[in-house]
Amino acid sequence: MTLCNTHSAPEPVFAEPWHAQVFAVTVALNEAGRVDWPDWAARFSQTLKRHGLDRELDGGDDYFLAWLVTLEEFLIEQGAAATQDVANLRNAWKEAYLTTPHGQPVRLAAR
Amino acid sequence: MPHDDHDHPHALLPPEPALRVKALETILTRKGLIDPAALDEIIDTYQNKIGPKNGARVVAKAWSDPEFKKALLEDATQVVADLGFYGRQGEHMVVVENTTDQHNMVVCTLCSCYPWPLLGIPPGWYKSDAYRARAVREPRKVLAEFGVELPTKTSVRVWDSTAEIRYLVLPMRPDGTEGMSEDGLATLVTRDSMIGTGLARVPA
Repeated sequence: MTLCNTHSAPEPVFAEPWHAQVFAVTVALNEAGRVDWPDWAARFSQTLKRHGLDRELDGGDDYFLAWLVTLEEFLIEQGAAATQDVANLRNAWKEAYLTTPHGQPVRLAAR
Repeated sequence: MPHDDHDHPHALLPPEPALRVKALETILTRKGLIDPAALDEIIDTYQNKIGPKNGARVVAKAWSDPEFKKALLEDATQVVADLGFYGRQGEHMVVVENTTDQHNMVVCTLCSCYPWPLLGIPPGWYKSDAYRARAVREPRKVLAEFGVELPTKTSVRVWDSTAEIRYLVLPMRPDGTEGMSEDGLATLVTRDSMIGTGLARVPA
């Protein structure tokens, strides 16, 4: 891969809304003193290394996917978000999208 | 993503990772660990308030004010904090000066450490495996791909950013800019020139 075609056009800060969201969640946890940045960088770097073993990461979607995986693993380890809870809420959000009429704000059903 | 023209019966389903992020957000919000309003504030800050314009102001000031430049090269962390640039991820900052003898270039081989308060969020290529691996191995070749040809007598030094130390390149002031105001000079300072993958623009 050459780098020459990728730097000339101005690019949005975040290509996808979820990139911005996962970034903001992490920064918010850092600002609240719940994530130590050097520790975060070390964990994130390990994930990138693991994900980059069988293919070359392009720094786009794959970068933020590695970011998300790092955050999920960190929160499981901290006991802040258990695997099953994340799976349940992911399903609840999917259900909410599939059952909300187009154009309406998507909200989770009341617990 | 291809998109059919007919009406959607339901809201468009976001990609799988987006659902996982929403799940985390919901859990952390319900536990009171994060505040959704704070998330919006963070996104707004990085999307609209922080960017290479901040770094360009610092560079233009350094070009115009020798005392400021001296202080910046001695302790960038303090100087940048005095200017009020936000962000705890840029706490320890080091500014490295380009000269005719040495060109500086910044990479993060570990992940994507970057001086956020001065440059904002790094571009995709800075985060790519290609740049992260090749900047150290073959910097001149990478520079050539960015259209930067240096005289052979200029050495290239690559600085590896970490979570503790973020580097910013102070590019050389272009010729023909004598008498220009700080504001005018700032328009010549590109993001890439502060990463070291570019040079400052020459005035038209």
